[in-house]
Amino acid sequence: MGLLTEIRSSISGLFAGSEPKRIGIYGPPNAGKTTLANRIARDWTGDAVGPESHVPHETRRARRKENVEIKRNGNSVSIDIVDTPGVATKVDYEEFLEHDIEKEDAVRRSREATEGVAEAMHWLREDVEGVIYVLDASTDPFTQVNTMLIGIIESQDLPALILANKTDLEDASVQRVSNAFPQHETIPLSALEGDNMDEVYDKIAEYFG
Amino acid sequence: MPETQHPEDDGVQIDLISADRINGLRTMEKVRLILDSVHDGNIVILEQGLDPSEESKLIEVTMSEISPDGFTGIEIETYPTDTAAPDPGLLGKLMGNTPKGKLTVIGPANRIETLHKDENLISTLVHEG
Repeated sequence: MGLLTEIRSSISGLFAGSEPKRIGIYGPPNAGKTTLANRIARDWTGDAVGPESHVPHETRRARRKENVEIKRNGNSVSIDIVDTPGVATKVDYEEFLEHDIEKEDAVRRSREATEGVAEAMHWLREDVEGVIYVLDASTDPFTQVNTMLIGIIESQDLPALILANKTDLEDASVQRVSNAFPQHETIPLSALEGDNMDEVYDKIAEYFG
Repeated sequence: MPETQHPEDDGVQIDLISADRINGLRTMEKVRLILDSVHDGNIVILEQGLDPSEESKLIEVTMSEISPDGFTGIEIETYPTDTAAPDPGLLGKLMGNTPKGKLTVIGPANRIETLHKDENLISTLVHEG
């Protein structure tokens, strides 16, 4: 963690227990952000955050689950989860047609997706105090969107936890994700199966507590 | 871009923008310079790239300009950041010791396709409009 983060953390420690921290769940489309948000929310509050889908840009508005209290080792960490739309530099409605969606609906989805990405970028610049960055471990992490977003997060000096999701898939490679961002710790998990969530919660408490 | 000329044929225009030219501009001026050129179907090459907050604004404005059957967004490639470089720290940042941006290629998403990228080489295929 950077110096600014440490100063922020020390100051916020003086007011511990006052306000939950807003933690943004970021990453490219289809990385499993909503599946993770739902897993965390269900484990600690019993409710879900939003619908999950294999169709890209299913989440087209930032969704917030407030006051999620995570208990670890006798302490508790209170966070607001902000599940954000997957970030991209291009959105073409024809991508949705490939998922048997009618043109009118596809155009509407693409318009909402563009608004959602812009909203996600705004949240990142202005309104989150920490980031959980979710990557699909079965795909190439060396993409421009990932490089740019990690750069933006680092420039904001926000604490960031990188999760290599979908370890249940045969092609998953946690090492490839670690190699892409060696300056950050990478935690493997399957949000879908609930694998390694204990370590994820330990790290959430460590990074954002 | 005021100096540009539009050839009669269907060639691809490439705008190479120097660090000197971009450094004197504010964030939105940089974003507009890039997107106006990309909207015209051009490929933009920035000698020194953008800083992270400018990249964030570029994505946000790009999203606001996407339209069905029209502009579908941008393709952007930059050499990977040198992750082995030491963090300048707070004092270093205050002293202006921030990492310099790297050469960046930006084009319309429907015309440019990245073939290969590593820390030394960006190879792209440009489709004619």
